[in-house]
Amino acid sequence: MSYTYAEYDAIVVGAGHAGCEAALALARLGMNTLLFTVSIDSIALMPCNPNIGGSSKGHLVREIDALGGEMGKNIDKTFIQSKMLNKSKGPAVHSLRAQADKQDYTKEMRRVMENTKGLTLRQDEVEKLLVENHCITGVLTSSGAVYPCRAVILCTGVYLKARCVYGDVSRYTGPNGLSAANHLSDSLKELGIELYRFKTGTPARIDRRSIDFSKMEEQKGDERIVPFSFTNRPEDIEREQVSCWLTYTNEETHQIIRDNLDRSPLYSGNIQGTGPRYCPSIEDKVVRFADKNRHQVFIEPEGNNTNEMYIGGMSSSLPEDVQFRMYRSVPGLENANIVRNAYAIEYDCINATQLKPSLEFKGISGLFSAGQFNGSSGYEEAAAQGLIAGINAARKLQNKEPLILDRSEAYIGVLIDDLVTKETHEPYRMMTSRAEYRLILRQDNADLRLTKKGYEIGLIDEARYQKLLQKEQDILEEIDRLQNTNIGASGRVQEILKSFGSTPLNTGTSLAELIRRPELSYEAVELIDKDRKPLSPEVIEQVNINLKYEGYIKRQLKQVEQFKKMEKKRIPDDLNYDDVYSLRIEARQKLKQIRPHSVGQASRISGVSPADISVLLVYLEQLRYGK
Amino acid sequence: MKTDTIAAISTAMNNAGISIVRMSGADAVSIADRLYHSPGNNKKLKDQNSHTVHYGYIYDGEQMIDEVIVLVMKAPNSYTCEDVVEIDCHGGVIVTKKILNLLIKNGARPAEPGEFTKRAFLNGRIDLSQAEAVIDIINAKNDMALKSSVSQLKGNVMEKIKEIRGNIIRDVAFIEAALDDPEHIEIDGFGEELLERVNDNERDILKLLASFDNGRILKEGIKTVIVGKPNAGKSSLLNTLLGEERAIVTEIEGTTRDTLEESIYLGDIMLNLVDTAGIRNTGDFVESLGVEKAIKSARDADLIIYVVDGTRNLDENDREIISLIKDKKTIVLLNKIDAPSLISKKETEEAVKKPVIEISAKKALGLEKLEKEIKDMFFHGEITFNDEIYITNIRHKTALSEARDSLSQVRKSIEDNMPEDFYSIDLMDAYEALGRIIGESVGEDLVNTIFSEFCMGK
Repeated sequence: MSYTYAEYDAIVVGAGHAGCEAALALARLGMNTLLFTVSIDSIALMPCNPNIGGSSKGHLVREIDALGGEMGKNIDKTFIQSKMLNKSKGPAVHSLRAQADKQDYTKEMRRVMENTKGLTLRQDEVEKLLVENHCITGVLTSSGAVYPCRAVILCTGVYLKARCVYGDVSRYTGPNGLSAANHLSDSLKELGIELYRFKTGTPARIDRRSIDFSKMEEQKGDERIVPFSFTNRPEDIEREQVSCWLTYTNEETHQIIRDNLDRSPLYSGNIQGTGPRYCPSIEDKVVRFADKNRHQVFIEPEGNNTNEMYIGGMSSSLPEDVQFRMYRSVPGLENANIVRNAYAIEYDCINATQLKPSLEFKGISGLFSAGQFNGSSGYEEAAAQGLIAGINAARKLQNKEPLILDRSEAYIGVLIDDLVTKETHEPYRMMTSRAEYRLILRQDNADLRLTKKGYEIGLIDEARYQKLLQKEQDILEEIDRLQNTNIGASGRVQEILKSFGSTPLNTGTSLAELIRRPELSYEAVELIDKDRKPLSPEVIEQVNINLKYEGYIKRQLKQVEQFKKMEKKRIPDDLNYDDVYSLRIEARQKLKQIRPHSVGQASRISGVSPADISVLLVYLEQLRYGK
Repeated sequence: MKTDTIAAISTAMNNAGISIVRMSGADAVSIADRLYHSPGNNKKLKDQNSHTVHYGYIYDGEQMIDEVIVLVMKAPNSYTCEDVVEIDCHGGVIVTKKILNLLIKNGARPAEPGEFTKRAFLNGRIDLSQAEAVIDIINAKNDMALKSSVSQLKGNVMEKIKEIRGNIIRDVAFIEAALDDPEHIEIDGFGEELLERVNDNERDILKLLASFDNGRILKEGIKTVIVGKPNAGKSSLLNTLLGEERAIVTEIEGTTRDTLEESIYLGDIMLNLVDTAGIRNTGDFVESLGVEKAIKSARDADLIIYVVDGTRNLDENDREIISLIKDKKTIVLLNKIDAPSLISKKETEEAVKKPVIEISAKKALGLEKLEKEIKDMFFHGEITFNDEIYITNIRHKTALSEARDSLSQVRKSIEDNMPEDFYSIDLMDAYEALGRIIGESVGEDLVNTIFSEFCMGK
C-alpha cells in the first residue's frame, strides 16, 4: 500500500557528486528540496580514485566554483596534496589536481548539505517515477511512500542494477557493497527511456605498512598551491602535504596477466557493459599495447586517517588469486597486503541524447538527470552536470529560461553538448582536446567567464560579484596602461633587457610589447615600469596571459564568432525532418532522434554531413520566407 | 518537398556525330515514355530494368524526330541517385534542342548549370571534391584539363590529402595525450621531432599548391600578354599564332588601339592571348588609353611575351617595358631575325636579364622554341599528366593555403619555444582546412586517435 509522505518542489535521487551539487543548487535557489540516498553515510563518496581535478577536470571544478557550486570549496577544505599539472605548458592546459582525504571529503560535504536551508536528506530507495501527461508528478520509494513534487533530478551514478565483478565472483551491489537500486531501471523503461549498460573499474587498495616505498619514486605536491575555489586565497588553505609514489609494472606482471586472461570476465564475456578506452584495466593495457614493456603505477594515499593506498593504473577484474600475484610482481609491492580487491562494475545509464541541453528529458517535463547516469564518468563531470541540472530544474519551477552554456563559454558547455549531441558508447570523460576554444576556456579565468552568470542565477552573492567586477576593471585598466606606456631606448632599459637575455631596443616601444617577448613578463619589466600600482597576483596573471597570448586569443575569439552564428540559428522544436527532402537517410534519422535546438548542434551530430547542414540551412531559409 | 525532374543537353552544342540529352528526377522515366517508341511500339521504359539500353525513336505526336538509343538508370543506382534517362540522338544542334524542348514540354525543367552534379552531391553520391572535379570536367576546355579532372576523380588529391591529415592527427594526438596525462606521457623535446614532420607536410602542401597554377592553366589557359614598343611585331606574332588576320597589321606605328583577346593552342597548351597597343609616350588620347590598358593587362598576366624589334636599337620605350616586366614571368622574343638586325641576342639578354628567343613572326620561325619555353616555365619541365596530382579548384587552393599558413604558424611556435599545446591549435586548423577539400569534418577523429594510439589512464 502506498501513501503520501510529504510534498516537495524538487527531489534529487542520489547523493553522489552530481546529486550533492543538484540538491544544493535547488535549495539555494529557494526550492524546497528532498535528497534521497541509499546511504546517508556515503554522501559525496569517492569510490574510485582519491583525487579531484586533473587535466580538464580541474577546469570543470573551477567552473563549478565560478557558478556557485560546492566541489571546489569542499576539496580546498579536504585536500592532502595539491599540484598544478602541465605548469611548463601553455596556460590553457594548466590543470589543478588535488589528492583528497576521502573520509574528510564525505564528512565536509555532508556537513554543508545538512546545514543548507530548504534541503532535506532522506535514506531510502526510489523505485518508481510518477508521471502524468508527460509531466513528472512525484516518486515512489521502496517503503511505499509517495512524494509528490514538480521536478526530479536523477543522479543515480553507478547504482542502477549495479553488479561488481572480479574473476567469477559477481555481486549485485554498488561500490563498497552499498546496496544497488534494482527497481528504478524498470520504471524508466516503462516510461520509454532508452538505457545503456556501461562498465567501469577500480584497482585494489593496499595496506601502506606492506609497501616498500624505497623502491619507488616520491611524488610531492606543489610548494605554492593554487586553491580550486576563487573564494580562497592560497594562504587560507595552506597545510602539510603528503606524497604519492610512482612504480612500474614489468614483464613478469604482464606474463601473469596474459597467462590468466581467460579467467578475466572482460574476456570470458561475463561482463558485457562498455568500458572506457581512456581508463583501461591493466589487462586491457597489456593486450592492447603489447609492445610496452612497462606501465606506470601510482600509489596514492586514501586519506590521513587510513593506511589504505590506491594503486592507480592497475584497475582490474581478474580473479583474486591472479590479482594477488599481479600486484606483488610490482617493485615495492612484493609483500603487499590487499585491503580491497580490484573489481569491475556494470550499471544502467541512459543514452543522453534523450536530454535537452538543459539536461531535462525531451519526453518528460520536469525530469532532469546528471552524472554517470547520463553516461559520463568522473566526479567532476558528474558535479558539473548536477549543478546545471539543479539550476535548470529550479529555473523551470520559476518559469525562467534554462542556463545553457555553449562550447565557447565553458568546459561544462562542451561536456553537456557532447553528451546530448553525440551518442557516447562508452563512459564519457572530459579532455582539454575536446574543447575547440580552450585558449579562452582556461582554468585561471573561469570566474571571469562565469561568475556573472552565477550571480544572475542567484548562486553568487553580492560581495563576491563586486569583487569580480573590481578584478575585471583592474585587469582592463592595467592592460590599457601597459599598452600606452612607452619606454625609450635608454641605457638603463637596455641594461635591464640584457639581464633577461632580451634584444636591446632600437626605438621606443610600449611596456605591453616588451611583456609579449617570450623571455620577459609583467614581473620581469618591473624595474622599467615606474608607475606600477600594487595588484593582486590573480590580476597580474590575467594581464600576463592576455598580453602574451594576445594573437592566439584573438584568433580563437574570431572562430568563436563564427561558431556563435551557427549556434544562434535555432531549429523549430516541431520541425518535420521528413519535409526536408534532400537529407540523407542516416542524417534524417539522427536529426529526428536528437532534435537539435540549433544548426550548430545539428552540425555536431555524427552522421550529419556538411551537405546535410547545407540542405537544412536551405530548408530553414525557405521556411523563413514562408516557402 | 520532392525534387522535380531536370533535363539538359550534356554534350557540347556543336554538330557532332552524337549528342546526349539527359534527364534526372522522379518523373524522368514517365516523361521519356511519352516520347519514346520502340520499333514495334510495344515497349514501355517504366517496365524495363535499371541499367538497360533501348533502341527506338523519339516522336513529337505523330512526327518522328530522331532515331535514338535510350539508357534507363533507376534510383538510387544512378549518378544523381534519382531516376535517370539518357537519350543518345544523332546530333545536330536543331534535333538535340528539339528533343530537349519536348522533354520540357512534357514536365521536365531545364537544369541549371551543374545541377546534376549538385543533386549527386546532395544525395550523397559524391563528395565535395569529386563534385567540383566533375564540374571541372564539364568546363574543361582542352584535353589536358580533362585528364587532370579525371585523375582528381580517381582520388589522387584525396589520397595525398588523407596522407597529410593522417600525419597531422597523429602528432596532435600525441601532444594531446601527453597534455591529458602528463604523468604518463613525456613530451619534452617533441618540438624538434615535430618540426621535421611539419616541414615535410608543408612541402607536400606546397607541391599541391604549385600544381594549382598548372591545374588552372590547364583548365583556363595561360593568360598571356604580348607587349612591345610600337611596330615591334606584336600583332604579327598574334596573327601567326592564330593563323588568321585578327589584329590589323600596318606599317604605321600605333595601329592597335585596344587590347585584343584570343585563345590559341600552342601545341597542347592553351594561351589566352592579349595583344596590346605598343607602349610609348603618346599624345594621342585614344592611343594613350590603349597604352594604359596594356600596362594594366601586363600586371595581371600569367605570362608576358615581350617582343623586341631586332631591326631597331632599344630605346626609352623598351626601358619602360623592361622595368614593367622586371618581376613577371616573361619570355623575350627578338623578332625580325629574317631582316638585317641591329641588336644581337646577347645584347638583348644583357638588357632584359631574361631568356631571349630569336623568332620571325612574319615567317613563323622559332615558334617551337617559344612553345618549349612556355612548357618549361609553367609545368616545371613536366607534362606527364596521369602520374601527377593537380589541384584545379580555387576552393581547394584556398584551403591548402590556409593549411600551409597554419603549418608555418606551428613552425614559428616551435622556433619561438612556445609550449606544445599551441602547436596543436594550429595543427588542428591545418587538419580542418585540409578536411574541407575532401569534405571531411574533424568530428571525433582526434579523441579516437588518442585512444587508439596511446595508452592512457588511471
